Amino acid sequence: MSALARGRRWVIPAPLASVAGLIGVIARRPVGLLGLIGVGSFVGLAFIGPLFVPLHNTVDIANVYRTPSFANPLGTDFQGRDVLNQIVYGGRDILSVAFLAAFFSTAVAVTFGSLAATVGGKVDTIVLAVADIVLTVPQLVVLIVVAAIFRPEGFFILALLLASLQWAGLLRQIRAQILSLKEREYIEAARSLDLGLFHIIFREMLPNMASYVAIHFIFAMTGAVYAQVGLIVLGLVPLSGANWGVMLYLAQSQGALYFSDSFWYILSPILAISLFQLSLVALATGLEDVFNPRLRAGS
Amino acid sequence: MSLLSVRDLSIAYRSGRGPVQAVRGVSFDVEPGETVAIIGESGSGKTTLAVGLIRLSGRNAEVTRGTIVFARSDGPRDVLEMDAEELRRFRWGDAAMVFQSALNSFNPVIDVWSQFLDTARAHGLNDPKAVLKRSSELLELVHLDPERVLRAYPHELSGGMKQRVLIALSLLLGPRLLILDEPTTALDILTQRAIIDLLRDLRQKLGFAMLFISHDLSLAAELADRVLTMYAGRVVEEARVEDLFYRPRHPYSVGLLKAVPRVSGELGRLASIAGTPPDLVQLPSGCAYHPRCPFAIDRCQQEDPALVAVDTPGHTAACIRWQAVAEAVGTRRPAEALQ
Amino acid sequence: MTVRELSPELRSTGGPLIELDAVSRTFATPAGRITAVDRVSLAFAAGEAMCLVGESGCGKTTTGRLLAGLLRPTGGRLRFEGQDVWEKRGKDLAAFRRAVQLVHQDPYASLNPVRTVYDTLSAPLFRHRKARGREDATTQIVELLRRVGLTPPADFLPKYPHQLSGGQRQRVSIARALSVDPRVIVADEAVSMVDVSIRITLLDLLLALRDELGVTIVLITHDLAVARYFARRGRIGVMYLGRVVELAPAEPLVSDPAHPYAAALVGAIPEADPTVTRSKERVPLRSAEVPSLLEVPAGCSFHPRCPRFEPGLCDVRVPALLPISDDREVACHVAVRERTKRV
Repeated sequence: MSALARGRRWVIPAPLASVAGLIGVIARRPVGLLGLIGVGSFVGLAFIGPLFVPLHNTVDIANVYRTPSFANPLGTDFQGRDVLNQIVYGGRDILSVAFLAAFFSTAVAVTFGSLAATVGGKVDTIVLAVADIVLTVPQLVVLIVVAAIFRPEGFFILALLLASLQWAGLLRQIRAQILSLKEREYIEAARSLDLGLFHIIFREMLPNMASYVAIHFIFAMTGAVYAQVGLIVLGLVPLSGANWGVMLYLAQSQGALYFSDSFWYILSPILAISLFQLSLVALATGLEDVFNPRLRAGS
Repeated sequence: MSLLSVRDLSIAYRSGRGPVQAVRGVSFDVEPGETVAIIGESGSGKTTLAVGLIRLSGRNAEVTRGTIVFARSDGPRDVLEMDAEELRRFRWGDAAMVFQSALNSFNPVIDVWSQFLDTARAHGLNDPKAVLKRSSELLELVHLDPERVLRAYPHELSGGMKQRVLIALSLLLGPRLLILDEPTTALDILTQRAIIDLLRDLRQKLGFAMLFISHDLSLAAELADRVLTMYAGRVVEEARVEDLFYRPRHPYSVGLLKAVPRVSGELGRLASIAGTPPDLVQLPSGCAYHPRCPFAIDRCQQEDPALVAVDTPGHTAACIRWQAVAEAVGTRRPAEALQ
Repeated sequence: MTVRELSPELRSTGGPLIELDAVSRTFATPAGRITAVDRVSLAFAAGEAMCLVGESGCGKTTTGRLLAGLLRPTGGRLRFEGQDVWEKRGKDLAAFRRAVQLVHQDPYASLNPVRTVYDTLSAPLFRHRKARGREDATTQIVELLRRVGLTPPADFLPKYPHQLSGGQRQRVSIARALSVDPRVIVADEAVSMVDVSIRITLLDLLLALRDELGVTIVLITHDLAVARYFARRGRIGVMYLGRVVELAPAEPLVSDPAHPYAAALVGAIPEADPTVTRSKERVPLRSAEVPSLLEVPAGCSFHPRCPRFEPGLCDVRVPALLPISDDREVACHVAVRERTKRV
């Protein structure tokens, strides 16, 4: 469908406008296809799964640490509850926080990175200085300390906390990209035509960096997942309920490490987290082709 | 016998959109000591041809047909059948290549002397003293100061100087054929002139044959004994240099000549060739040039013409309407622009 | 697009449209200061076709960028419609920038690869409120594309740059420049990276814009043959090491160059005619080395290479660009002396 027929001022590249088209491009590469399937499955599992499967919260001491069977495909936990059930419910919070954290940090990095690069001067110096300070701070330590002091309860706050330390690296990279894009001839033409700072950043430069930003977004998510799980396992985040990180925390604190029968209770969340991360990385690789019009539009 | 004999060479490569027939059934000879120019623009396949002649094509290129026979000192040999060792001796020893964009042909982190030594060693010359002597001789032949240049790094040399160094480098093992790809593109007028004069001078002193590939007709006018014009992967005309410029018989050659402005003499009526360069993935039916050809008739859409002999000796053109072209061109005297 | 009154005379009433008045531009490089453009004075009338020719390092590209307001002069003044450009502020400066558009050399870098032809051409129309809505913009863009010879226009609208040939991209660049109704278009080597067989149509297009719209076109090129064709009803300025050394209409320049450097260029350029080119008379130069901009020779910067060099004169005094006839100027002591004596 031609851009014209859609009549929008900010014209999205034609195949991108249809989700089917987008998926088609990603799926062209085996790794992209795997990533799509993986991420899709986990998102489905985490958000749609709970709609169909009720949470089994009843304690059943008789069934503690059962090995996998037909009734409990991944075994049971220290309170006799089904592990698979918890895996289904355990993804929602983790994914939501990861997505939000990545969103905040990317938004901040893109906005201030491009501003600093295009405006230059004092603005650039200040933004860079702040970013450098954040970068030199040992992230894990700060995270632990802040979490220990403030005990983030809602996942919104947790997402903000995670984002607050992630934006600096991406900002520097966005800034560097924009500094180089600034010299391109079509950008010079845009300035000559007096198209305005907003247009130049968001409609000329950023679309050239779209794949870059998208891939970094995904990696910000993987970082956020690790950070979250780390904080939870250390007991710094008072989250309860079914949550992969909480499962690991409980496994550790309830002594699951000492029983051979509880193997699956520990392994399941680890597998879930790892497989999800892998899928994200595969998806990121598959995204490389999407934003390159040369590879997309063909002839 | 001919120094280089190419017969029915076809090279295709894979692209995102499908196979690209970059070179289609090209045949030509280069005699010892002769200078042949292959003239073509974007989409003509000339660079694929140049690179394919010494088998430096990328991995996704494939020679689908044809032979490239070179008359080596121990007998004729098909380059396409050489093994790695033979190829190594062939390259630089028998045939050397001077690539386009001299600027990019150098390794920026090593100095010029190291480039000479490395190249020599790669092709069997291991004695640094001998290499130094030869390199200095060659650099002097190209009017450069060996003392200064051998010590320098590529970024310290100007474009013209780099081109000269490349030429000297290519002559290191005394090849009998020099293949040059766009040797004067992107050079200033005075530097171009110097390189052209240099090539002429070297050719006379050392007697090598030259095959150069370019879009620049004036280069052919300066140096060539014979000229081939290429379009959409095929040779469309082959002639002695005067015949091509004064008695062209293929509409593309005519179009090219009419599209080049001149400095001396009358400006004449110039015109561009209508249309756009050919798409090598989806070639037009019949003669690839017909969509842009002012002489085209219906038959041109159906037949892809082979090279036929025309009205001057040693002159062939791939056009069924060459007589009409001959009439339209008339007899031109030198320095008259085509009307 | 509005058609403005064409003023074909070079020295018509009212003064030049855009003017470089003793403009200089220096750059600081790690190796030292270089003067890319040295006190160049050039005046362009409305509707003029002018060509700046020279080899690399002569300052022609810098001059073009100075004209377009993309670089600020470090000396001298740039005047547009009589007013000093760099004294303007805000809206006036923006208006000037739009009035002088630059078309770049590289068709592969001058268009944003992720934006279609429609995107690229509609942006300035919307920004400057020349189009209200998609349909209006489309109509105007179709007209622009027609004017630059891209037909049928509707086919080109959804295309990305990589789907166009080099010549087509240059036309889109020209259309983009036209979309803001410029008074001057500076074409910086705009045909150098395009196939030889298509250059003429692009040059003819630029000349047609001059004829139909009264836009002043300044073509910058290193190819003297292209310059001759383009400026056949205009002037050519030959530049060397940051200075203009000869300024003349095309025909007198190529048939009887006054400055030894111009003569060297004319004699050196290879031609597409074997008999002519193999028998051309060359102007032998005393040295093949081009001086670096870091060490420009004293007096006339061409003197170390010049066959007409006169010691005590050429290596001491910088020759001014002086008229030797109604429409020719030369910066050469010897040429000025000889040619004004003849008259």
